[in-house]
Parts: sequence; structure tokens; C-alpha cells
Amino acid sequence: MSESVATLSFHDLRCTRGERELFSGMNFTLQGGEALLIQGGNGQGKTSLLRLLTGLSQPAEGEVRWRGVKLDKTSETYHREMAYIGHLNGIKDDLTPIENLRLASQLAGRTLNETQAEERLVQLGLGRCLDLPCRVLSFGQRRRVALASLLCSNALLWILDEPLTGLDVHGVALLENLLKAHIDGGGMAVLTTHQPISLEGSNIRTLHVGSPAQTSLAS
Amino acid sequence: MLAARRRGDWLTSQFFFVMVASMFPLGIGPDPVTLKLIGPGVVWVSALLASLLSLPRLLAEDYRDGSLEQMLLTPQPPVLLALGKSLAHWLIYGIPLLIISPILGIQFALPAEAIAVLMLSLLIGTPILSLLGSVGAALTLGLRGSGVLLTLLILPLYVPVLIFGAGAVDAAMAGTGAESHLSLLGAILVLTLLVAPWIAAAALKVSIE
Repeated sequence: MSESVATLSFHDLRCTRGERELFSGMNFTLQGGEALLIQGGNGQGKTSLLRLLTGLSQPAEGEVRWRGVKLDKTSETYHREMAYIGHLNGIKDDLTPIENLRLASQLAGRTLNETQAEERLVQLGLGRCLDLPCRVLSFGQRRRVALASLLCSNALLWILDEPLTGLDVHGVALLENLLKAHIDGGGMAVLTTHQPISLEGSNIRTLHVGSPAQTSLAS
Repeated sequence: MLAARRRGDWLTSQFFFVMVASMFPLGIGPDPVTLKLIGPGVVWVSALLASLLSLPRLLAEDYRDGSLEQMLLTPQPPVLLALGKSLAHWLIYGIPLLIISPILGIQFALPAEAIAVLMLSLLIGTPILSLLGSVGAALTLGLRGSGVLLTLLILPLYVPVLIFGAGAVDAAMAGTGAESHLSLLGAILVLTLLVAPWIAAAALKVSIE
């Protein structure tokens, strides 16, 4: 282990879907206290890149490293320190928000008592629907439950795919504040979004996915 | 770790088991000799079909709402996840089936000791079905028409279980002793327990990509 400082880096990453190459030669290093905003049009490979970073899928070439170690060799540590929210919320419709948070924590090998779970949910403005099954919640509310479980995970690295989808104005502001607090506290975040997100004051770097030539051709 | 969440859902496969097994006496007629002859086989085939009915739901729901992704991203190894899923499947499908089976045995005029062997063979056999089934469910995850494909993939693998399971009961009735069949069944169980979770975990990783 050459370095144990928390860094996420990827080297010469290439991603293909079937015959088509989405991107290649992607390099980046993200350190504590930084956020990475991934930009690119629809179908340019933003989600594919995020899935490569979570370790859910494997790159065609290149590698992703966490703390300087290749992902497949450190997956246990990595998955303990990383939290991911994709297009799907990953919450169970038949359980209440509290039960959902506690189930997620148990699966991750942590304990979370009811009061802690409740605090998180109230923090995200879900105080009124604590004991309703998630099935009856609105899309935005379910998104908030997923974000609450992100907070409960105490993860160092957040990987968020379109986190703003479905959130109202207050929700967006809430998430911006959470992200700022997370990054300023030394955490890391990788996110994609099409909506404007204001994270002034925090250390934000951006990365474009897909070649600009392709983008201009398409438009 | 993995709770049985929906109540009404898993009862369907139990009812299916009872219905299929009950159709045979009705169709063939109330002759105790014939019934005794076909009884073990019919109960076992119904058990196989009932397991197939409940399998597609094993992972599909988790796949659809994204919790499968989250589970794969927990620090636990995927093998444990696959094993847990099979165990959960067996608990909600296998155990109720075991409890109902003596009633079906009586329906087929099986003697008491044959019913005991039937239950024992189901006790050893149904976990095999759950383990093999989890492989099939993981392989066909997210495909269209996965139910049919799952059936085609998994049924051939179920054949040995069927042969030895029903064979055990037949042997017990013939008075030759069911031990050999049951020990072979046990051997299959140990083998699948060792191999199936790994294959299912690998299949899960491929399906989720």
C-alpha cells in the first residue's frame, strides 16, 4: 500500500457498450475535501462512469483505485467507505422509511437505532411520514429517504447519480447544504446533474464525458 | 438479515402446490393402489413446480427497486448475499411445503412410514431446489420472459433431486429401506451448498452490469 490517504483515482479508463466506445483515456484523481461534477449530454456515459467507480461494472481498460489500491482488491474497505445512489432509490416499498434505513444499515454491518434513524429523516423533512410505507410516498419523498440513508452510512465518498431529480426547491437547497457540509468536513463526492447546483465556496472540479466533437456533431 | 416482506405473495406457491397435487386423485379416480403408486412422484413434481413459481420473485423485486445494487455494494461478500437469498427462499417456500406435505400424503393413501420418509426427503430436497433456483434466478435477472427461461434452465437440474426424492418414498413402501436414496440426496445437498452460492454470486455480478 503506497498511500493510505483517502483518494479515488482512475487511470486510462475506457468504457464500451457493445460495439460502441463511450469514452477512453479518462484520468482523474479526487482527494478529501473535493467534489467532482461530471458533465455530459444524455447517453455520453455519465452513469456508466459512475457505475465503474462504484465497482458495479468493470472497465474495458484501465483501472479505478481507492487509496492507491485497485478496486477489486480492496472492495470490502471501499464499500464500507463509499455510498452510492443511482437512478433507483434502493428502498423497499413495503417498509416504512425508518425500517428502510435500519435494514440498509444492518446489511452494511452497522447498527442504527430508531431514534438515530428518526433524526436523519426529520433532518430531511420527512417528519410527517415516518410510519407510512414508502409505497404511498411521492417520488421526491422517496428520493429523500434514499438521501437519509446516505447520511446514515457515514461514508467518506458519496457517489450520486442525478441526485436532484424529483427534489423540490427546498430539497435541492437541503442537498446543497448537505454536500457542502460533507465536502468541507473532508469528505468526497462524485455527482452528475443536469440541473444547476450551487456549491460555492467548496472545492469543485468538473469533468466532461464524451468527446466535444461528438457532442457538437450531435447538436 | 433478509425478512419475508409480503404476506399474500408467498402463499400463492403453497396453494399451487396443494392444488396441483390434489388434481391427480380427482383426475385418476379414487383407487388406493394406483394412488399409492403415483403419490410420491406427484407430490415431488408439485413441489418442483411450486418452487419454480416462487423463484422469479426471489431477486426480481430487489433488482427493480435498486436494493440489489445496494446489497452488492455492502462490505459483505456477494456469496453471502446469494446464500442468504436461498435461505430466505427456503424459509418461506420450503418449510410451509413440508408442513402441508403429510396432508397430501394422506390424500394419496400413503402409509404412515412412507409419509415420514416423504417429509424427510422433502426436508433434504427442498433446500437443494432453493439453492439451484437462486442460480437460475440470478442468471435470468432483468431478461424479458425470464420466467420461461428460468424453467427451461432449472428443471433439468432438478431431475436428480426428483429421482432420489420420489425414489426414497417408493423404496420405503417397497420395504427396501430409503437410506441409500436419502444419503444420495444429502450428498447432492452438500455439493450444491458448496457450489451454488458462488455461481449465483458470479451470475448476479454479470446481471447487474
